[in-house]
Amino acid sequence: MNSNVFQLMEQIKNEKINCSLMEVCGTHTMAIAKSGIRGILPDNIRLLTGPGCPVCVTSQADIDAVIELSCHPDVILVTFGDMMRVPGSKGSLQEARSQGADIRIVYSPLETLEIASENPQRQVVFLGIGFETTAPTVAATVQRADQLKLKNLSVYSVHKLVPPVLRAIFTDKMVQVDGLICPGHVSVVTGIYPFAELAVQFQKPMVITGFDPEDILQGIALLIGQLKSGEAKAELQYRRAVRPEGNPTARQLLTQVFEPVDALWRGLGAIPASGLNFNIHYRDYDARRRFQIEVGNETEIPGCSCGAVLSGKLEPDQCPLFGNACTPIQPVGPCMVSQEGACAATYRYQLLRR
Amino acid sequence: MCLGVPGQIIEIQPDLGAVADIDGNQVTISVALLPEVEIGDYVLIHAGFAMEIIDLQLAIETKQLLQEFQELNK
Amino acid sequence: MKHSHILLAHGSGGRLSQQLIEEMFVSSFDKHAVPRELNDGAVLALPPGKVVMSTDSFVISPLFFPGGDIGKLAVSGTVNDLVACGSRPLYLSTAFILEEGFSLDSLRRIVQSMADTARLAGVELVTGDTKVVEKGSVDQIFINTAGIGVVPDGVVYQPGRINAGDRVLVTGTIGDHGLTILAEREGFKFNTPVTSDCAPLHEIGQSLQPFGEKVHCMRDPTRGGLATVLNELAVQAGLGIQVEEERIPILDAVRSACNMLGMDPLYMANEGKMVIICEPGISEKVLSTLRSIDVSKNATDIGEVISQPAGMVLIKTALGIERILTALEGEHVPRIC
Repeated sequence: MNSNVFQLMEQIKNEKINCSLMEVCGTHTMAIAKSGIRGILPDNIRLLTGPGCPVCVTSQADIDAVIELSCHPDVILVTFGDMMRVPGSKGSLQEARSQGADIRIVYSPLETLEIASENPQRQVVFLGIGFETTAPTVAATVQRADQLKLKNLSVYSVHKLVPPVLRAIFTDKMVQVDGLICPGHVSVVTGIYPFAELAVQFQKPMVITGFDPEDILQGIALLIGQLKSGEAKAELQYRRAVRPEGNPTARQLLTQVFEPVDALWRGLGAIPASGLNFNIHYRDYDARRRFQIEVGNETEIPGCSCGAVLSGKLEPDQCPLFGNACTPIQPVGPCMVSQEGACAATYRYQLLRR
Repeated sequence: MCLGVPGQIIEIQPDLGAVADIDGNQVTISVALLPEVEIGDYVLIHAGFAMEIIDLQLAIETKQLLQEFQELNK
Repeated sequence: MKHSHILLAHGSGGRLSQQLIEEMFVSSFDKHAVPRELNDGAVLALPPGKVVMSTDSFVISPLFFPGGDIGKLAVSGTVNDLVACGSRPLYLSTAFILEEGFSLDSLRRIVQSMADTARLAGVELVTGDTKVVEKGSVDQIFINTAGIGVVPDGVVYQPGRINAGDRVLVTGTIGDHGLTILAEREGFKFNTPVTSDCAPLHEIGQSLQPFGEKVHCMRDPTRGGLATVLNELAVQAGLGIQVEEERIPILDAVRSACNMLGMDPLYMANEGKMVIICEPGISEKVLSTLRSIDVSKNATDIGEVISQPAGMVLIKTALGIERILTALEGEHVPRIC
């Protein structure tokens, strides 16, 4: 592999190999769109958006349940900004807030501790999204809440795990993915081993990649290299931040607070042991339990193909709603919501090419 | 799913807290996931937590790639 | 005044209202040694030329922040809108909506700040209004300012005058105000060395007047940031704009804080900057003129106007690749993803 970025770009531009590479992680989708890398890839190399995007895979039923909860006058719903515009079946958190729900955006789950202690008469519910990177931060926050004896804090956990969904995608015979750009920060926690296991089992190259443009270019080049030589292993590009063994303290926190549960992934259906919810020691913090929430059914939006797009089965512009009923200004499904979601990114690049 | 930025630990606080410097911004973070961290360490910060210590030498090597490219383009 | 906080009676039109107006507002704003007659409106003399009018309301929280306050903002905001229209700002009106219980000390500070900023900008605050509402009806204080300016001969700043080939200039670092306000919010604690760039930009208007019709358009990138304003201009001009990421001046501290929070400096508010679109032949001279003024000492050429794709903004990334720079959709909020 060439260490010169310019030559790397030229190299990738001139690759004749026909392949589909999946950017598992939502942050990679953002970084790739922002750096412009999508614009230099030849038509024979396709970048697919994957399921590692909380905005895209949080089930509609869960969003509906959370919106309903936020409408209780006693409840302060606290969330990361990412989730504000995601459509449930009847609107988004942003719309609920405009109609009077007390919904607050935070950067860190730790901020909920202050909100809870300053509002002892109200119930503070944190919408716990994110994968193995974020779940430990929520676990640590809940442990701290326990120490501080904060009784009015709970978490609606829709945390999910990456390896099980990758397994589901690879097991699906309809899916056409040749290699994975693996999430760099999830790997900070998990280490390389879960991806190595998947690479061997499914014979797919995987590269744990960082988020700067040069990281992503190196990651793509390494994947192409493996495909050309017929290898299928997990490689570590993001060596400056990921230790091969991951972060054991973070993983231990996850085990202390959570346990794996079956989870509903928007557009992908139920995947066993792919989510996290509180274990028996911390179940008092489970908002579903505390408020006795029965999550309704997933409402299918006719024509919405987000599930197929998220699992690499369909390209955005193959969705019947793309560009007419579903646009960035009026998104129907989650892939169009985030400015850099697969469908939103494709929509803009098509506009440019016209 | 995981925005993370590097920062340098400039202060350790009681109860698994720390202050990190990110280009002049001083940010109070938790080191609950990385209790072994020391003043001077560069760490990856996500959602208000230090996630991992960053190997500075490797970080510099990656940055050099982009700089080489920018030089070439001038 | 005996009271320390605003009462509903201060807004009722009676004695307390009068007292408030005279002791708080007139004495700070009136530039004549002898108080003007307090009429329902101000009768003004205007120099010859087209008249520009602009209005804006200010509801910012917190009220006081590093680099400014709601008062400074209220004056600068309308002054800058008048400057962007090519006019010399002359007169401002101001209307206050005060929450019952609002601190008179805070009001005094805000009013003094308005007077100071107006003096600096060479504008007179000539008429105003005060209302007081029940506690909880507004968040402490809302201010509206409306302003009048006159356009000198030879100056026409309009998107319709923009041509392909024009240079796109920005008068300084981007995102400073937005970040300063973000750092002041409750919640995640971070201290930033960055301060708001809040300032009246009348000097920019004055210094560019000699260039006359060769300057085509000006706009201040407030809410929605630089990206949103560039998109507005592209759409209104029916042309495209192409900028280079590396040339957009952004303080390291702003860039890093935005990286941490998952936000983008290009969508952060600026309260002391202008985007200027001018003929390519004069852009170097315009830049050196701007750089000789303190508020625009970091003025930079960031790109150009192109004919296609019309209505869109393209940005050349650090890697030298072009991508689309969209206007802000929805709120600009911290993200983890």
